[in-house]
Amino acid sequence: MTDGMAPLLGPALGLSAILFSLGVAGVLLRRNVIVLFVCIELMLNAVNLTFVALAQLHGASGQVMVFFVMTVAAAEAAVGLAIILSIFRHKQSVDLQNINLLRG
Amino acid sequence: MTEAVFWVLAIVAVATASMCILSRSAMSAVLWLTATMLSLAAIYVLLNAEFIAAIQVLVYAGAVMVLFLFVVMLLNLGHATTDMRGPAAVAATVVIAGLLAIQLFALWTYSPERLAAEMTQAPQTGDPATLFAAGQAARRAAVEHGVVGAVAAPLFQVYLVPFELTSILLLVAIIGAVVLAKRKI
Amino acid sequence: MNASQWVWLTVALPLAGFLVNGALALRRTPARAAVSIVGPGVLIAAFGVALAVFFELLGQPPHEPHIVTLWSWMPAGALELNLAFQVDQLSAVMLLVVTGVGSLIHLFSVGYMREDPGYARYFAYLNLFVAFMLVLVLGSSLPVLFIGWEGVGLCSYLLIGFWFTEKTNADAGLKAFIMNRIGDFGVLVAMFMLWRALGTLDFAQIAARAPDGLDAGGTIVTLITLFLFLGCTGKSAQIPLYTWLPDAMAGPTPVSALIHAATMVTAGVYLVARTNVLFAMAPLSSAVVAGVGAVTALFAATIALKQYDIKKVLAYSTVSQLGYMFVAVGSAAFAGGIFHLVTHAFFKALLFLGAGSVIHAMHHAYHATHSHEDAQDMRNMGGLRRHLPVTFWLMTIATLAIAGIPPFSGFFSKDEILASAFARGAEMPIYYLYYAFGVVAAFLTAFYMARLIAMTFLGENRTGTEAERHLHEAPWIMTGPLLVLGVLSAVGGVINLPTFAGGHHALETWLEPVTAAGAAFASLELPHGTTELLLVGGAIMVGAVGLLLGFRLTLGRRIPSAREAPADTGLARVLNRKYYVDEIYDAAIVRPLVWLSRMVLWKGVDQGVVDGAAVNGTARLSRGLGWVGSRLQTGQVGVYVVLFLVGALWILRAVIR
Repeated sequence: MTDGMAPLLGPALGLSAILFSLGVAGVLLRRNVIVLFVCIELMLNAVNLTFVALAQLHGASGQVMVFFVMTVAAAEAAVGLAIILSIFRHKQSVDLQNINLLRG
Repeated sequence: MTEAVFWVLAIVAVATASMCILSRSAMSAVLWLTATMLSLAAIYVLLNAEFIAAIQVLVYAGAVMVLFLFVVMLLNLGHATTDMRGPAAVAATVVIAGLLAIQLFALWTYSPERLAAEMTQAPQTGDPATLFAAGQAARRAAVEHGVVGAVAAPLFQVYLVPFELTSILLLVAIIGAVVLAKRKI
Repeated sequence: MNASQWVWLTVALPLAGFLVNGALALRRTPARAAVSIVGPGVLIAAFGVALAVFFELLGQPPHEPHIVTLWSWMPAGALELNLAFQVDQLSAVMLLVVTGVGSLIHLFSVGYMREDPGYARYFAYLNLFVAFMLVLVLGSSLPVLFIGWEGVGLCSYLLIGFWFTEKTNADAGLKAFIMNRIGDFGVLVAMFMLWRALGTLDFAQIAARAPDGLDAGGTIVTLITLFLFLGCTGKSAQIPLYTWLPDAMAGPTPVSALIHAATMVTAGVYLVARTNVLFAMAPLSSAVVAGVGAVTALFAATIALKQYDIKKVLAYSTVSQLGYMFVAVGSAAFAGGIFHLVTHAFFKALLFLGAGSVIHAMHHAYHATHSHEDAQDMRNMGGLRRHLPVTFWLMTIATLAIAGIPPFSGFFSKDEILASAFARGAEMPIYYLYYAFGVVAAFLTAFYMARLIAMTFLGENRTGTEAERHLHEAPWIMTGPLLVLGVLSAVGGVINLPTFAGGHHALETWLEPVTAAGAAFASLELPHGTTELLLVGGAIMVGAVGLLLGFRLTLGRRIPSAREAPADTGLARVLNRKYYVDEIYDAAIVRPLVWLSRMVLWKGVDQGVVDGAAVNGTARLSRGLGWVGSRLQTGQVGVYVVLFLVGALWILRAVIR
């Protein structure tokens, strides 16, 4: 029924689900902190796809949301990479196993 | 026609994403992700979000990924070494990611068709015509004001306050990044 | 002017005396002159008020008690407790006895305690005691009476352990207090049951509601009265809670006179007389009361036969005489019991004060010769009539009174008790047994009192030639009260002379409005005519023979002084050691309780359960849970991410439902 109005909605959401799961798998699998970050960016992109797909239903708000997500992702990437740089300076390593000072 | 294009692009996206998470070095991961982003940008065009597609290429693939590249090269990590975690992690990954995929597909079953069907059974909550009213209004606005105008209008009117806050957020991020990256404060 | 309205002054004055003397006791330098005036002064003033109240009542004897409500104490729903005093014939009699005899003893104490460093503290406690005792006798309801009951118990503890630096004195005070508490439990339970049954705790209301609210002879009223009597056994030193009274002789002798002879120990008898309607409605309990009284009278008299400490003899004598009073109120002769209470107050106080005079002299003598002999042991006395003539004659009068020789007061009161028991025997034959016990006890009483007089005042002096020179009569401040008490012991019987002696039972008639409620259920027909004369004659004979035998047997052979005396053997030893009752109590009751407290309640419950499980256990549990929680904080980002995603999955699951 909605084919005329939103033809690719279903498949787009499915693709988004797959991409998100792939991002999660990457976060769980990798030890390199930078690759971890990249996988997080993958997850954010999947979410952006969801927003855009549903913008066909709910109007331009979806696209505005994507706008904001991108901005925040950019800011987060900048700060996160700066943190990784300072950790690397101290520990000479970007291995996740070595970053364990927040122990309880 | 658009369907076929979409499927091609989807397969490309999934493939590049898989290569990204299974890549052997940080550099290749970044590059594979850039490829995924470009295919996503193409998909955005298919979904009538042209402006967003442009922004994706300009900002995300063009600036953020370049930033990643800078950092990777700055760190000079050397050879690609396998840095996958152990079998326990693989098992956990399969379980968690699998469950996640299943759950998200469960959400997919709530596609608009099904939602609309459920809503017709409960007419008092509204009829399907109004369900897509906002999207159709957006399409008309896009035709009238152009794609940029269609996004800009709500951005600077309804979402003005978040917009301003986001600018402050960026300022904070700049300062934070500068401070963190300095050798001596 | 309505004197009854001012009856609260009798309590307020001694209370003020307590505060003033207490404050003076805290000063560094003793203010003896001020204490000597305030202490006895408030008592004499209170006696004045008591006289005023008595004469007002005498002019217009009321049928209903006059209630003076001071303030509302505890209005708790249906239970309205007021601090109120009841002015009627019975409380007037008790008021006169307490304030009158109390004043005399206060005056005596001025001389007796003159050199004691705790002079002011002594009078403070003594005044406080009188205040509480008056609350007890004036109380219009059981709770108010109970305030006084507990208060006199407290003051008894304070005064018995007055010289608390000696451990035995402190222990004696503790023993008295604890045994009293056992009895107090009985009074409390009785109060609860009474409230449940009748819905009131005021004496007047109890007398009004009891005939309809309770079944005469039923279980409830029997239980109530038995529990009340448990309190009486504690306070009035009857079997089984009497062992504290002989130990209480550790206190100063005037204290023994006031508290453990004339006033506090009579509180039990007063309580039974006050609630006479309940006891009259429960013949089983009355039989128990009279039975316990009779057995105690006989039992204590036997022990007194072989005691050497002069105060111990008098202590057991008190226990025995209190038994007589309970025989009276147990035979529904409530006025008779009160009569003996009054006469006993006179002659027993006289005996104790006289003993105090003797001990005072002996102490001086031994102090002057730096001797360490026991000043209270009668084997160290003898022939004191030459040195203390006034004391001797007055104590002899008291001895004749207690032995029941006419026309002294004790004769009339004791005779009435024995006659009541005999009369009650017509309805319940067991009272004949009580009568027999009473007669035997009367014989023994005369015997041991004669022994006391003989050992102390007659014969040869055994104090030691050096010390004998220092023996002298007490100063007039001590002999003055003795004189007054002597007169009262001699002529006190006049307040309730029986018909054959020309009187008309004045006290009994006076107390009729109070005992009427009880008399409705259990009236007593005293014997008259030949039976009466036979009983009276028998009583006189028993007393006279006892006295004679006592004198003869004691003076018959030489009495060795305490140092040289051989230890008693056989029956004499058993009597001297008071049938080993204290040792039996210690082994059977005290030791198991102490063991229980230490092993079970302390180590088991307190240390194990409360400290270990509850307090430390919860701490350990918290720490354990915290440790478990801390295992999650590995510091490894990978683990955190996993947990993060697990949480996200969970939320998604909830959304999809």
